[in-house]
Amino acid sequence: MVAWGALALVPWYALGGMPRGVPAWPAAMQALVGERPWLIPVLLALLPATWAVIGPARPRLLVWSAVAGIAWIAVEGFGILHHGWGFEALATLTGSPGPTQPGLGWGAMIHVLALTMLIAHGLARQGVCRGDVFVVGALLLVVGLIVLFVIYPALCILSSALRDNDGGFAPTLFAAKLFGRPIWGLDCLFGPQACGTAWNTVAVASIVGVATTLIGLAFALLALRTRMPMKPLVAFLSVLPIITPPFVIGLALILLFGRSGAVTIWVADLLHLPRTRWIYGITGITLAQVLAFTPISFLVMIGVLQGVAPSLEEAAQTLRAGRWRTFRTITWPLIRPGLANAFLIAFIESMADFANPLMIGGNFTVLATDIFFAVVGTTHDQGRAAVLALVLLTFTLTAFQAQRAWVGRRSYATMGGKGAAGRAAALPGGLHVLSYVAVVPYLLLTIAVYGTIMVGGFVVSIGRDNTPTLRHLMTAFSVEHGVGGWFLSGSAWNSLITTFEIALIAMPFTAAIGIVTAWLLDRQRFAGQKSFEFLAMMSFAIPGTVVGVSYILAFNVPPLALTGTGAIIAIAFAFRNMPVGIRAGLANLSQIDRSLDEASLTLGARSFRTLRLVILPMLRPAVTTALVYSFVRAVTAVSAVIFLVTGEYQLATVYIVGRADVGDYGVAIVYSAVLIVLMLLILLVIQLAVGVKRPGARPASGAGAVTPMAIVQG
Amino acid sequence: MPHAVEFQGVTKRYGAVTALDAISLQIERGTLVTLLGPSGCGKTTVLRLIAGLEQPNQGRILIGGEDVTLRAASERNISMVFQSYALFPHMTVLENVCYGLRAGGVKKPRAIEMATDKLAQVGLAGYEGRLPSELSGGQQQRVAVARAIVLEPEVLLFDEPLSNLDAKLRRRVREEIRDLQQSLSLTALYVTHDQQEALAISDRILVMNMARIAQDGTPRRLYEQPASHFVADFIGDANIVPVEIVRLDGATAEVRLGPFLLTLPHHGAEPGPAELAIRPQALILAAGPADGKSLSGRIARAAYLGSHMEYWVSVAGEIDLFVVSPDVVSPLPPGAEVAMTLAPAGVAVIRRQ
Repeated sequence: MVAWGALALVPWYALGGMPRGVPAWPAAMQALVGERPWLIPVLLALLPATWAVIGPARPRLLVWSAVAGIAWIAVEGFGILHHGWGFEALATLTGSPGPTQPGLGWGAMIHVLALTMLIAHGLARQGVCRGDVFVVGALLLVVGLIVLFVIYPALCILSSALRDNDGGFAPTLFAAKLFGRPIWGLDCLFGPQACGTAWNTVAVASIVGVATTLIGLAFALLALRTRMPMKPLVAFLSVLPIITPPFVIGLALILLFGRSGAVTIWVADLLHLPRTRWIYGITGITLAQVLAFTPISFLVMIGVLQGVAPSLEEAAQTLRAGRWRTFRTITWPLIRPGLANAFLIAFIESMADFANPLMIGGNFTVLATDIFFAVVGTTHDQGRAAVLALVLLTFTLTAFQAQRAWVGRRSYATMGGKGAAGRAAALPGGLHVLSYVAVVPYLLLTIAVYGTIMVGGFVVSIGRDNTPTLRHLMTAFSVEHGVGGWFLSGSAWNSLITTFEIALIAMPFTAAIGIVTAWLLDRQRFAGQKSFEFLAMMSFAIPGTVVGVSYILAFNVPPLALTGTGAIIAIAFAFRNMPVGIRAGLANLSQIDRSLDEASLTLGARSFRTLRLVILPMLRPAVTTALVYSFVRAVTAVSAVIFLVTGEYQLATVYIVGRADVGDYGVAIVYSAVLIVLMLLILLVIQLAVGVKRPGARPASGAGAVTPMAIVQG
Repeated sequence: MPHAVEFQGVTKRYGAVTALDAISLQIERGTLVTLLGPSGCGKTTVLRLIAGLEQPNQGRILIGGEDVTLRAASERNISMVFQSYALFPHMTVLENVCYGLRAGGVKKPRAIEMATDKLAQVGLAGYEGRLPSELSGGQQQRVAVARAIVLEPEVLLFDEPLSNLDAKLRRRVREEIRDLQQSLSLTALYVTHDQQEALAISDRILVMNMARIAQDGTPRRLYEQPASHFVADFIGDANIVPVEIVRLDGATAEVRLGPFLLTLPHHGAEPGPAELAIRPQALILAAGPADGKSLSGRIARAAYLGSHMEYWVSVAGEIDLFVVSPDVVSPLPPGAEVAMTLAPAGVAVIRRQ
């Protein structure tokens, strides 16, 4: 079958980096010729499996032989690297440097896939998952992929953190790094020195969490409890964080408030003040992040406030409670869990944010940027990067876990029953004013920021020389007519096209794995479902920088050497954005009655046919959402991929960060503006296309609605 | 010939909750068997186990004599009519009915032919191109039935198929289902919590309670000879009163109830304390004081229901008896003193459990 075919026909080692002289032979030939004897067990493991398939039904044997096959591939993969034995013990045991092999190729991949399917067959025949091969197969595949591309890299961080930079095991060095002053120092409390990175990060995240939650609440109160026009506000604020590349706000703040920023110059001229660099550092980071993450808090708080049944507030008022008393004793206690939720989401986002601290942080370091400089900086200390990543990961996973536990246990949808009728209580006067005080500066700053980005690229140098010009646009996006006809001569074309290509490639995979995972979670019952859900959603909480570092550590060397290829960027996109698909899928599936699947099954359609003919057509809104958002998020992502780009695979965002870094703000702004406008256009077009009513489909609400957690961007 | 469906000691647990406790049952070909019971008794679980939508923790399930315990739902020769009908909203009526045939590998023209035929049989000719959302509740229900019977399954499963219809329609549709089942001699298993529905259409009823089968028999037998307090109470209304069995004589027992000494089939009851189920219409009321052959009582409440009167009669200020009287012309007012006699046809002895 396929497994034999893979062994016999497809080259075992193929994916790039193959040393010259090693023929790209299939595994079967290499094993039989005797050149690579360690591949023989791979063949041996397949023998009983084949017998179990052809001969009498022996599902247990099938499962075990296939598991053994995969296990051996893993063992020999790690045991024998391209420079010899993978473990020192082996080298001392044999007394030789050992054989060599390059990274695994297509043959190995197809073989492992086939073995996985064999396991699925074996398990299904034993009645696992109601005997459904497709379900077992899909489950194994998704779990396998998550283990390979989420868990395994994370473990690589741990292992790398425990070693020194030569690969030796060094627990004391690890402890010294982990608990050292650069991370945990408290010097800033006592003197002018800087505090540890961890404290910096926690401080910023806490401030940002509190500020965004309160401003978000103020927005939600104004939107729901006053006559403020709500719909355009919601649309505006829900779309902003999706289309905005994360560094844009930091960039705009520099242009406005930096030492030679527009506002700085204006104020300095007006009041004859010296121009300072006050924006760089904790002030700027906090400001940028509050601007960036408030929309998310707002969306969370809208949901929370809508969950408070108006009848409860009406009841309080008929019991002689005034408006303020009603808010204090009824509304506030009911939304408290929601506030905690919004805080934790903003907290995680702030920790994961990489681009704003990079832009505007100055000498103030947070974990995310520190990791980056540990890898690309002059020190080039991968061990230190791993330790920092470990600390950051611990923080975010703890917050993520707390958030899940909180939301899971405490339902803030009130107990008032179905009766959602009635009018919500009006805001107490004081609170009304307070909300405006919080909201108006935010709106003004946001308008200033986006205005700067849209206008800034079309003047010579914003703030200093406001003469309109197309120079920057020409530099980035000029099209010239030359010898070979029209060609794209602008400096940005290359990265823009690469970005779109890779994002397009990643898009279907992201959506597919997300939707399938959602389907497994919602529609199937299996042992370990809770842990599976946690694994699947966990990649939300892994900051992009950590993903970047972990991918470098995990996939730089065989058995899976992927670094430097476009594939690894696509994979990073797919697994970073997978939760978007899961969320969209889950939301959509909960609207489709389970009896439809069951009807299809009892009519004799297998689960794959059911998925294809019954579920998928009704999941179209979720599929569209997953496709669009995975694309848009891929295009605007920075943190994970900044580690993975190469000269060949340059991405738009990374290019912009690079331009801004060298002070070439004109091109950076123009490029940012182009990205924002493009993303906005894509969203609008899709919205229009999806909005057209299809005959036969029930109006499934929530098509374009994206749950707040779906927007976490690193 | 093997049974259409057979359970052998089937147990199903959801976590700590036992939904089915070592159930064994058989369903003969060509019969309509009803699973009747209060919500949460496990009746729907039986249906879902047969369909393959759930898997048992213990025991074996056979369909047409074949062990299907480990087989997926799509591999079983059954079909099911869902409570919500579960019509695919994005497919037309015809596509819905064709769906199972196409999944089973029937070629498209043949599938359309068979589906059109079945739709005509349920009275929906001409509706093929409609979407389910364009049909009334009753029509949707018929599409669901057509979609199920077109596959000619070994057993047809009905999961409370009438509960979404209004009362009048319900009566008509249940007759249609019964006619269809008889004329096609289908084997059908029907789940409901409505005892009238069960009595009206079943060849056999399995009354379920607390994850077990409480009683298994024809509608008449269940009504006339309830095996337990629960069954007597659940099938039709019944007044359950404590009695004393004086002595047994062959198949009958002499039962003392207040002033009465009744001779009734004993259904395996032993001499000593037992219970008596008295149907409301078996108590005959007459105005005025009781004599030696009747029981004295006082009307506590009276309700006029058009076709009959309902009374609560208080006996010795302790027991309240529920009585149905066909006499609506001269109703008895609350507070009136009455004399009650018993019609033996509506009275059954229940063993003490």
